[in-house]
Amino acid sequence: MTPNDVDLAVKAPSANGQSSDTGPFALDDTALSGGYTAYVRDLGDGRHALDCMVEGVHCGGCVNRIERVFQRTENVEKARVNLSTRRLALVWSGAADRADALCSAVTALGYRLVPFDPSRLSDEDRREEKELLRAMAVAGFAAANVMLLSVSVWAGYFGDMGPATRSLLHWFSALVACPAIIYAGRPFFRSAWTALRHRRTNMDVPISLGVILAGAMSLHETIVGGIHTYFDSAVTLLFFLLVGRFLDRRARGRARSAGTRLLALRASSVTVLRDDGTRVFRRPEDVATGERLLVGTGERVGVDGTILNGTTEIDTSLITGEAIPKVSGPGDPVFAGTINGTAPITIEATGTGDDTLLAEIARLMEAAEQRRSRYVELADRVARHYAPVVHGLALATLIGWIAIMSAPWQTALLHAVAVLIITCPCALGLAVPVVQVVASDRLIRRGVLLKSASALERLAQIDHVVFDKTGTLTDGTPELSPVPAEHRVALDIAAGLAASSKHPLARALARAAPDAVVVDGVEETPGMGLKLDTDDGEVRLGSRAWCGVAAMTSTPGNANSPSGPELWFTSPGREPVRFAFRERLRPDAEEVVQRLRDRNIGIEILSGDRADSVARIARTLSISDWRGEVTPSEKCARLEELSRSGRRVLMIGDGLNDAAALAAAHVSISPSTAADISQTAADAVFQGASLSPVIETLAVADRAATLVRQNFMLAFGYNVFTIPLAVAGLVTPLIAALAMSGSSIVVVCNALRLSRRKRS
Amino acid sequence: MSALLYLIPIALFLGLAGLVAFLWALRSGQFEDLDGAAERILFDDDDEPEHPSKDQR
Repeated sequence: MTPNDVDLAVKAPSANGQSSDTGPFALDDTALSGGYTAYVRDLGDGRHALDCMVEGVHCGGCVNRIERVFQRTENVEKARVNLSTRRLALVWSGAADRADALCSAVTALGYRLVPFDPSRLSDEDRREEKELLRAMAVAGFAAANVMLLSVSVWAGYFGDMGPATRSLLHWFSALVACPAIIYAGRPFFRSAWTALRHRRTNMDVPISLGVILAGAMSLHETIVGGIHTYFDSAVTLLFFLLVGRFLDRRARGRARSAGTRLLALRASSVTVLRDDGTRVFRRPEDVATGERLLVGTGERVGVDGTILNGTTEIDTSLITGEAIPKVSGPGDPVFAGTINGTAPITIEATGTGDDTLLAEIARLMEAAEQRRSRYVELADRVARHYAPVVHGLALATLIGWIAIMSAPWQTALLHAVAVLIITCPCALGLAVPVVQVVASDRLIRRGVLLKSASALERLAQIDHVVFDKTGTLTDGTPELSPVPAEHRVALDIAAGLAASSKHPLARALARAAPDAVVVDGVEETPGMGLKLDTDDGEVRLGSRAWCGVAAMTSTPGNANSPSGPELWFTSPGREPVRFAFRERLRPDAEEVVQRLRDRNIGIEILSGDRADSVARIARTLSISDWRGEVTPSEKCARLEELSRSGRRVLMIGDGLNDAAALAAAHVSISPSTAADISQTAADAVFQGASLSPVIETLAVADRAATLVRQNFMLAFGYNVFTIPLAVAGLVTPLIAALAMSGSSIVVVCNALRLSRRKRS
Repeated sequence: MSALLYLIPIALFLGLAGLVAFLWALRSGQFEDLDGAAERILFDDDDEPEHPSKDQR
């Protein structure tokens, strides 16, 4: 994996063989047929284009397979998969509804396609990154060539280079350096200007000032035929700083906007039922409230609504985190983003587009993200004090030389500029980004993707951890509790029936008895259970009411009871047998919780699941602070409460109901089996079935914090050593350039120490 | 010394050519998909000989 591989969101099928990002039900893509045409763009002269996000692409082999499908297809002008962004771009000539045939050729291979409208996605980040890259290229070219000329000039000091030659070389330097400074310095000038307009100073103000003054002064010296010019320092400074900024931006760029992932969560198109009975495909945002929609089996619900007819099981794991689907019938609400599991239903839209619960959660998230972005990083805090000090020093040097040493103003200015250049934070600009890049790289190799640049800093500060339960502490799949020996025969028969159902409890049952004989002729009634007619009579497997067992306190039709999820099994001539299910904790959950405790970190559980199942898990892990049945806004409220009492919270969660909380916590981590939008909200995403990456990440964050502090000390050390030299007027361009390069190299080498394995 | 008068501009010009080439490549989108480009060289597109008569023409 490379740091470019941001898509840990695309998961390999989980252990039970299904794609875990859609919950217990496999998404039936034939339900989407007819839905692609809604996003086709008309390019004119009979050509059409469609862009889709492709899920399931891992490597070049996948790209090849997909593109091959189109190689022999007629009239397809372009079919290209971008591996870095996981997008498929199609251009063809012909009718717009060829889209369906073309896309089903791809989905037949097993990839999921989600069409989108490219004009909706703001590629702001990429444009800025490109601009930085261009500036870096120009600065690099200029730095190399100007250095070439400068070395010649320095060599000339020791030989007998005449003033004419030196002047010529200066003029060439000026020719290269001045345009380069104007072009490559723009990112810094812009940022400095914005800060000044708001009457603040940031790191870019002394940088811009130093570079511009150095360039202007050197130009002046060139014109009057002076001895010293600082073109090389100015341009080299720009180059190193741009490298630092580029690395920094790369580290930040991992956080894709919530918008991109939200698109993948929404249905791409919905089927609207018109009054005359015809069906039409539309985008979810174009549906008005009150309209009737048809939601097919396995389809993702596109809008918030109420069921008009049909009874089905809805996978609400996205909203509540529960793995067991909820039975819903006429009059029950459904939410956009959930999946309709077992039967087609007709719904009436009650909330569309921005009014859906999904959109509300996205808004909660964005509000929290905004609050988070006000976190001022260490580097910026340093800059706030650094800039005024540097300016003060330069001014003092200028005045000092004129007043005390009675030097001509040109000499004084020269020395003041030398002070500005030598204090320019070349090493400071690199200190933090380089450590972040090295730390990210090390974490990637352990299966942890860092999505935010300041995450490392924040991770090193935490003193409290909040866990979600389902999918985070547990791995989200139910497990059959051990069955006493006298029920083993019943288990085998039940497993034979269960194999034909996709219900998660049935699957768990089937997993527990893998050698059971699978039987045919099993009938499934959604929300109730399975039945099979045998020679001896009717065999039933399902909820309490389905099997005719006397109801105690559970509601009919619901597979859950106060004592946990259960399935009842009845067969003629036998007592009804109860199969109980429990959740599976992640294998190292206990160990991880203990290690967190060893670090004196407070732990608590906040879960949307039922109180008794949370209580059970809390007891197993010896966690005394826990809450169940918590809504998304209550989670946020609890986090605010914690942060007001001064605690720095690490939130670990995976469901959509955690997304807002993930954004609101001081720092957050999400497992890669999480809902896409939670991965976007979290600062880091970790892969794999174990929780140990959390401990790893904390360890790396601590080490990174140490190295950043060391780097700052090195950078300031170099400053402290060279500033007196500059003030005393002893800094020549040669020394300035050497000092700058030297300090940058030292800082980078120090950061590389992070990737060396520790002896422990 | 007179050599410098034309050697340096030549050197600068060559450097500039390199820079222009890089910027053009950046603009024409060749850096959009570095992972994909790396993998594409491994694709094994064997075209079956559909029209053998074409070769003999």
